[in-house]
Amino acid sequence: MDLAIEAQGLVKTYPRDVRALDGLDLSVRTGTVFGMLGPNGAGKSTTVKILTTLSRPDAGQARVAGFDVLRQPDEVRRAIGVVGQRSGVDRDATGRENLRLQGQLFGMRGKDLERRATELLERFGLAEAGGRIVKTYSGGMQRRLDIALGLVHEPQVLFLDEPTTGLDPEVRADMWAEIRRLTAEHGITIFLTTHYLEEADALTERLVIVDRGKIVAAGTAEELKGELRGDAIHVELAEPERDGEVTRALETLGDVREIQVDGQTLRARTDDGARAVPVVLQALEAHGVRVASVTVSRPSLDDVYLRHTGRSFTEAESAAAAEDQERQKHQEARR
Amino acid sequence: MTASLRHTWYMSQRQMLMLFRQPVWIAITLIQPVIWILLYGQAWKQVTQLGAFGTNNYLTYLTPGIVVMTALFSGGWSGFGLIEDINHGVMDRFLVTPASRGSIIFGRMVQLAIIAAIQSAILLLIGFLTGADYSTVFGLMVLILAGILLGAIFGALSNAMSVVVRKEETVIAAVNFIILPLTFLSTVFLPEERLGAGWIRTFARFNPVDWAVEAGRRAVFPDPDWALISGRLGLLAVLAVACSLLATRAFRAYQRSV
Repeated sequence: MDLAIEAQGLVKTYPRDVRALDGLDLSVRTGTVFGMLGPNGAGKSTTVKILTTLSRPDAGQARVAGFDVLRQPDEVRRAIGVVGQRSGVDRDATGRENLRLQGQLFGMRGKDLERRATELLERFGLAEAGGRIVKTYSGGMQRRLDIALGLVHEPQVLFLDEPTTGLDPEVRADMWAEIRRLTAEHGITIFLTTHYLEEADALTERLVIVDRGKIVAAGTAEELKGELRGDAIHVELAEPERDGEVTRALETLGDVREIQVDGQTLRARTDDGARAVPVVLQALEAHGVRVASVTVSRPSLDDVYLRHTGRSFTEAESAAAAEDQERQKHQEARR
Repeated sequence: MTASLRHTWYMSQRQMLMLFRQPVWIAITLIQPVIWILLYGQAWKQVTQLGAFGTNNYLTYLTPGIVVMTALFSGGWSGFGLIEDINHGVMDRFLVTPASRGSIIFGRMVQLAIIAAIQSAILLLIGFLTGADYSTVFGLMVLILAGILLGAIFGALSNAMSVVVRKEETVIAAVNFIILPLTFLSTVFLPEERLGAGWIRTFARFNPVDWAVEAGRRAVFPDPDWALISGRLGLLAVLAVACSLLATRAFRAYQRSV
């Protein structure tokens, strides 16, 4: 099997004992779109930093495009394109100047470089804007230029670190189309991180879910969802459970599994949602539990996440945001 | 090695382009020294009567000092762009390309040297037009070189500091705190004999700003003392290399912290 990326036991700890990666293993096959899904602070960016030679792991090893990231960083850099989470374009230069410098750093020169720049500007719908200062670009245009920069030297592996974060839905849809086109036309390997479940679902062939620096699940989106077997039932209760009566009501039903009650929210799983709903409602009513709403859905990656980490994706996101704020406060205080 | 040189040149080209897109910045960096020459030069015209200036024409005395001072300031501010590059992710983008690591700092230093040379030429022209008087073209080139070396020293320090503190306000404060006293405790405006207290004179002797002013000014005055001039230039060169090494070390520390 031909691997574009392989990593074993990556560990990275930042000052103040923040353990960003806690023994992470990866293997990505050449020519596929690989997704890394997780909330903010799960370790996605740290993984990208290590695989792209920006940062050194405390332990573990990794090879990208056949080269060791620690011992052959220059070879790795030549083989990869990186589109960072923050746009790395020079905002005081034109689109073409950005592409030109990027190409020069990869040893491209003269007519070939100009031709390549023109080609990329056209391809990313920036032909007319190419001579304008990037400051005048819209968010979507800037993001497209970011990707163009990552592709100047025709890399074998392209890293996209949260490529659509902060973009409005329309621009995001364009970006998805662009990413699909890249793999279809060029057979390039793409390593994509995202905290959007639907993005991982839509774009990636294989994906891993990371939480707190560890991989908690791996497979295709379908496999991961398939593991969950059956539909998700989601019930909003009119009032919070008092002492286990909800669980008691459903336990005896047999084909309702994985019952979780969290305040006024009840989640459970069943093989056939449509058939189970009336039965569940009846059982709840019999135990004196009033129901506000019921929904039945096919398993989503959100459910996969919940199943493997014990918390919902949104919860994890807000927890990470709170931690982030806390860390920033500390940093401010230090100054 | 050749790749490093090429990358350094590409990086300095980028810096030059950025600079020429900010005409306001160019104007400001020139207006200030021009005001020094025109206003100060006129207002203090009579000061040479105190003696020890080596000339009766204060403009002839002052202009080399202003040339050196301008290079010093350009050097001092040179780290700002680095902070912006770090904050906007441009730095990280460069670091994941095969760009020579040194070119990121040295590209800025090359740009700084080019800008300092251009600024110096303009200031000398203005000084010349308003009545300053110089002996040789070679002397003028030595003066410009002294300014560039001083600019390089403070450019390297400014870059080193920027990459460590990564806060523009802190760097502005530090630059002002260091550069202004160094300027006034040197012979930019007055000769050593007129600097007043003895401790100021002693300080001036160890002040790199003073080394540059002394070397540059002597070079454009009649009968230069070349031994003294090359001695000062040598000191400046050694210090410039030392500060550049410090800057590359600071940069490595940044890379480790990513």
